[in-house]
Amino acid sequence: MSLFHQAARPLNPLSWIALPALLCVLATILLGVPLRLWGLSLPEPVFALVPAFAWAVIRPSVLPALFLLLLGLFMDIFWGGPLGLWPLGLLAAYSLVLANRAGMIGQSGVVLWAWYAAAALTAETACLLLSMLDAHAAPNLVAVLWQYLATAALYPFAHILIQRYEDADVRFR
Amino acid sequence: MSLREGPFQDLKVPLGWAAAIAAAVAVVAALALLLSDRRETMQAQAYGAARKTVDAIGGPVSGVLAAPVRWTGAAVDSVGGYFFAVSENRRLKQQIVDLQAWRDQAIALRNVNARYEALLGLRVQPEVPMVAARVIAEARGPFSNTRLADTGSEHGVEVGNPVLSERGLIGRVVGVTQGASRVLLLTDIASRTPVLIDRTGARAILTGDGGPTPRLEYLRGQDPARPGDRVLTSGDGGVFPRGLPVGVAVKAVDGTWRAKLDSDAAPIDFVRVLLFKDFGQVVDTAKLSASAPPPVTPGGTPVAVPTPPAPSTATRSPSPASGGGVGSGAAATPHPLAGEGDHAKHGGGGKPPAPTPPPPTPAPAPTP
Repeated sequence: MSLFHQAARPLNPLSWIALPALLCVLATILLGVPLRLWGLSLPEPVFALVPAFAWAVIRPSVLPALFLLLLGLFMDIFWGGPLGLWPLGLLAAYSLVLANRAGMIGQSGVVLWAWYAAAALTAETACLLLSMLDAHAAPNLVAVLWQYLATAALYPFAHILIQRYEDADVRFR
Repeated sequence: MSLREGPFQDLKVPLGWAAAIAAAVAVVAALALLLSDRRETMQAQAYGAARKTVDAIGGPVSGVLAAPVRWTGAAVDSVGGYFFAVSENRRLKQQIVDLQAWRDQAIALRNVNARYEALLGLRVQPEVPMVAARVIAEARGPFSNTRLADTGSEHGVEVGNPVLSERGLIGRVVGVTQGASRVLLLTDIASRTPVLIDRTGARAILTGDGGPTPRLEYLRGQDPARPGDRVLTSGDGGVFPRGLPVGVAVKAVDGTWRAKLDSDAAPIDFVRVLLFKDFGQVVDTAKLSASAPPPVTPGGTPVAVPTPPAPSTATRSPSPASGGGVGSGAAATPHPLAGEGDHAKHGGGGKPPAPTPPPPTPAPAPTP
């Protein structure tokens, strides 16, 4: 078997899709603990945006959309929100990255972080607008901003995932 | 023959397009779910099987995860209590002095209130049973503010039951399963709570927005509120009993009135679920209709009233916004008791109705 065939072998979905999704579920449950320190609650970042960004950058695939739907549904159920809200937010961010991935490949970490921040902003904006339509009320923008900042700070995890798998399939470099 | 060696061996799947189509299909599925979701309604069936299953499984898991946090908090409290015992003792003594005056006033007012109730034959609110629970998980994002409490249908908790911390109202139950209840907080964007300003009696709808201070909407009248006014539940809609402490009115920088929640003053670890049923839900219409109403004229014969069929079970209003449900069962019954208006709405059915005062007897004619 030639070296080319080894490099072009498809990634194992268990390692680059299922495992990060499971870690996101565990992190979401862990951050759901009702802890309050000095009058302040823990932040509530959207962990699922990390794989949503990384999966689109690593390579296009059919499975990430399905996993993002499932991850979003889990978040909606676990957080008690309207069913379908976070799947749409995650898929909006994923679609944005997927459509622009040609411009992201090979870029530095700072540029990717900026793209990740844009994806997080897309997800938060989508959820904001959908919430306004669903509940006929405007969510608190300060609360949205806090969640956005907490989510944007999670980029290093996405960077680790990208670094680990972006060279696994050279057809999509 | 494998697929790679067959006629499709040269077929190349455009993965970019396939990924885009998969995303589009997932978006359509998520959109359909969002349009069909009715989590904020008070219908028990709106809380689907998936949510119940996740709550039932996630409840114990979150309980285990929350245990170390709870132990740490207790340890920190113990250390703090040890070091600040003297100042705490001084503060509590002063608080006792302040509260003794309130206690004396409360005793006097309770006595006067009981006499008024007896004189007027009012039906007062019944004692509301409650269930204590521990909060094991919470969602505090801008789009959902809920908590998971470790009590459920096995203790009689139902959808719509009000939930309080030791400081005040925090929300209502929107989902129940075995061993867990989902509480929609007052701050959730889907939360709407009928409240009143204690000083003026002005009504408002407390509307959550994901922030810590929900808005007081539809506040009307001349000078309806001032900063610091107490905000209580109004009982309108029948979901909450009247008079539960909510918070104090504050004016936001944008000029709108908001409520600073009492429950926000301390961590919410333990909660009380009020197993509250409105008068309209507990009233036995058959029993009410069985007794003949008093005669129209003094000395006349009682009016016969057709007995309506008794409902099999008490039903609950689907939504406070619908305006029905509050005593609607009683209001729909052709019976004089149904016309007791606001008090019938907020009163309870725990006590038997006061006896109807006898009709006034005509004064005897003066004898020469």
